[in-house]
Amino acid sequence: MSRYGLRGAMAIVGAADTKVGAVPELTSAQLQTEAARLALADAAISKDRIDGLITCNASVERGPLKTFHAEMVAELLGIAPRFCLTGAVGGALPVLMMEHAAAAIAAGLCHTVLLISADNILSAAKRRAAVPEPWDDPQFEEPYGPTTPAMYALIARAHMHRFGTTSEQFAAVAVACRRHASMNPGAHKREPIALADVLNSRMIADPLHLLDCSLVSDGGAAIVMTAAQRARDFPNPPVYFLGAGEAHPYLSLLHADSLTHSGAIQSGRQAYAAAGVAPRDIDLAFVYDAFTPMAIIYLEDLGFCPKGEGGRFVEGGNIELGGPLPINTHGGLLSYCHAGLANSIFHITEAVRQLRGGCGARQVNGAKLAIIHGQGGRASTHGTAILGTAETL
Amino acid sequence: MDAPGKLIPVPTQETAPFWEGCKAGELRLQRCADCGRYQFPPQSFCRSCAGGRLAWSATSGCGKVLSYTIVYWSPNPAYAADAPYSLALIQLNEGPRMLTNVTGCPPRQLQIGMEVKVVFEQCGPAIMLPKFQPL
Repeated sequence: MSRYGLRGAMAIVGAADTKVGAVPELTSAQLQTEAARLALADAAISKDRIDGLITCNASVERGPLKTFHAEMVAELLGIAPRFCLTGAVGGALPVLMMEHAAAAIAAGLCHTVLLISADNILSAAKRRAAVPEPWDDPQFEEPYGPTTPAMYALIARAHMHRFGTTSEQFAAVAVACRRHASMNPGAHKREPIALADVLNSRMIADPLHLLDCSLVSDGGAAIVMTAAQRARDFPNPPVYFLGAGEAHPYLSLLHADSLTHSGAIQSGRQAYAAAGVAPRDIDLAFVYDAFTPMAIIYLEDLGFCPKGEGGRFVEGGNIELGGPLPINTHGGLLSYCHAGLANSIFHITEAVRQLRGGCGARQVNGAKLAIIHGQGGRASTHGTAILGTAETL
Repeated sequence: MDAPGKLIPVPTQETAPFWEGCKAGELRLQRCADCGRYQFPPQSFCRSCAGGRLAWSATSGCGKVLSYTIVYWSPNPAYAADAPYSLALIQLNEGPRMLTNVTGCPPRQLQIGMEVKVVFEQCGPAIMLPKFQPL
């Protein structure tokens, strides 16, 4: 038996996204408070009942919003939480925030936690007209001109070389996400695309074309989590936290044991063991699609197909709505929103909407179990969580 | 705002011997006196055995291309002006990896597994930057 003590103990009772895409009228701090306001309204809960707050650092900020992020957001919200924490593991964080919130509630540190993640790399870049702060090692990486797409292109090329994965297979991920976004009125990019559009888009870092790369957007989202026994007092059907896992195998690619096998193997195994479910039980998957090859690698590493067969797995509509394993039904980072560091929060809020059954035309019928995989850095940090409906308890 | 130029390494106390090696035409890496493993980038703690006795040691400067890309776009205009340029991960014969540019061969001819050897290029007034070229 698993020692994991959090299965089904907590539930998400509120979830909301701000407007996403180009939102020049809001700063990243305003996106934080707007996401909070909408999630509190969704849960029909007063802000004064929030006694836990976890935020994701915003990549665009300086000053107090960088060094005391959650404290600053608590102040903007006019709350004084018992438990208040900023996280900084990039795109893995929103997934991990759920587990940390669940652990804090289980340990008696707080009762109701608000999780917020918002960023605005699109408008911040326009305002500053500046080159983003370099991410990589200033002496041993940056002098060679690495870019974020180029670092992921190294992973993509290694996967192609080892497993024969093709550019057409990468493109199938972009096509699927765009098709889903076309059914989502809130998505940043909604015009449907075909494989040829991806393959004919300009090369960014070989083998990654423009449409293999996530968007540059603004946006935020928030969720409210509380103990399962309280969850039935809220207006929406509770979505239960069944388990999670994390892995932090390296930060720089210089220290990655493998370019083709990710930390999702470890975080996924932990999450399945915690939730007591297997890949075949999962109805829909949310994988961190910062670049198309990563969705393929994560589907492999989370056990949906044998290692190396992810390219074939994503072909032929398998990962689209109506297929056996729909992924990223909101449109993902490729077509819904990529706002900076905060992005797996949108995978979570869409999973909540799907498990509540409120996704309209893009609803996965009978969706009971969803897996969410977030990652940060250079495919370095990993968080996997499994959410389910009351039936899965 | 002025456009930033290329990034020129600024040696620290911990990394200065590496850069001195480059000036002398040698790829010098740290080697742990306790476990014998090489490590890169330089740091005062052995990542393999937690030892603290690291000595500088000349290496062959040879390795293989672990993966590569051709960069067509950069947010930094100084690099964008060079596009398309190669970016590669090199697995050194001594074990550690380096991120680098491969010179002396058109980017399209790069292949995973290609054997390469270090070369040094002037980078700013005081740095010789290690790059690699096919053997």
